[in-house]
Amino acid sequence: MKLSEVVEFLNAKVVCGHDNLSREVYRAFASDLMSDVLTINTQNLLLLTGLTNIQTIRTSEMADVLNIVIVRNKKATSEMIEIAKEMGMVILECDYSMYKTCGILFSKGLNPVY
Amino acid sequence: MHFEYFINGGDFSKAGQASSHFKKVLQQLNVAPQIIKRIVVALYEAEVNIVAHAFEGKIIIELQPDSVVMMLTDKGPGIPDIEKAMEIGYSTASPKVREMGFGAGMGLSNIKNNADHLEISSTVGTGTTVTIKVNLKSDQLTD
Repeated sequence: MKLSEVVEFLNAKVVCGHDNLSREVYRAFASDLMSDVLTINTQNLLLLTGLTNIQTIRTSEMADVLNIVIVRNKKATSEMIEIAKEMGMVILECDYSMYKTCGILFSKGLNPVY
Repeated sequence: MHFEYFINGGDFSKAGQASSHFKKVLQQLNVAPQIIKRIVVALYEAEVNIVAHAFEGKIIIELQPDSVVMMLTDKGPGIPDIEKAMEIGYSTASPKVREMGFGAGMGLSNIKNNADHLEISSTVGTGTTVTIKVNLKSDQLTD
């Protein structure tokens, strides 16, 4: 699934990484727990999270995650955006709950990690 | 090659900066991405542990042709029962740490799963030293 499609399906706002929306994601993982994210060993991953602090970005950096959807109408901080841009990350913001966000993407065919 | 980083306890705004810097070094040296991930996930969890639990700490990294050894020493409360601390789900983290997305009792097991060798020594009331070794040529990747 292309990130541009994720934007469309979730009615999401692109916070940074506008130039990378043609990037494909093959699987998604949803968690607010960063230690959980650090156990995942999957390429081309989409991370869904409601955690909006700098550790979301640092965790993504360590776990080689380039694509993040922030759910529950939370907003990325300026510090998050600044570092995400340096890393070539895409951050999307979505008004939906985690459950609804996952449900939409799953129904559109985006696979889970496990 | 030798690297040193100083870590402030409690300063979550900077947690991960050392791991981030060392990741860039490994990328510049063309270390395989799967190996880099094992190294930096273990290092980052250990760095977050210092920020989460200790007053201050130091990371000393020795990068050799076939391995990387990362020694993280902190001044802090120490770990009374290391075996217990290694159990998945056991945590003494504060609510603030949990707000940062950690403190679920997975850090040490995440470190262990990514390390080829892990040693933890601790003195209650003084501090903890965690030594993590990852082989650079290893093809036994952790899932």
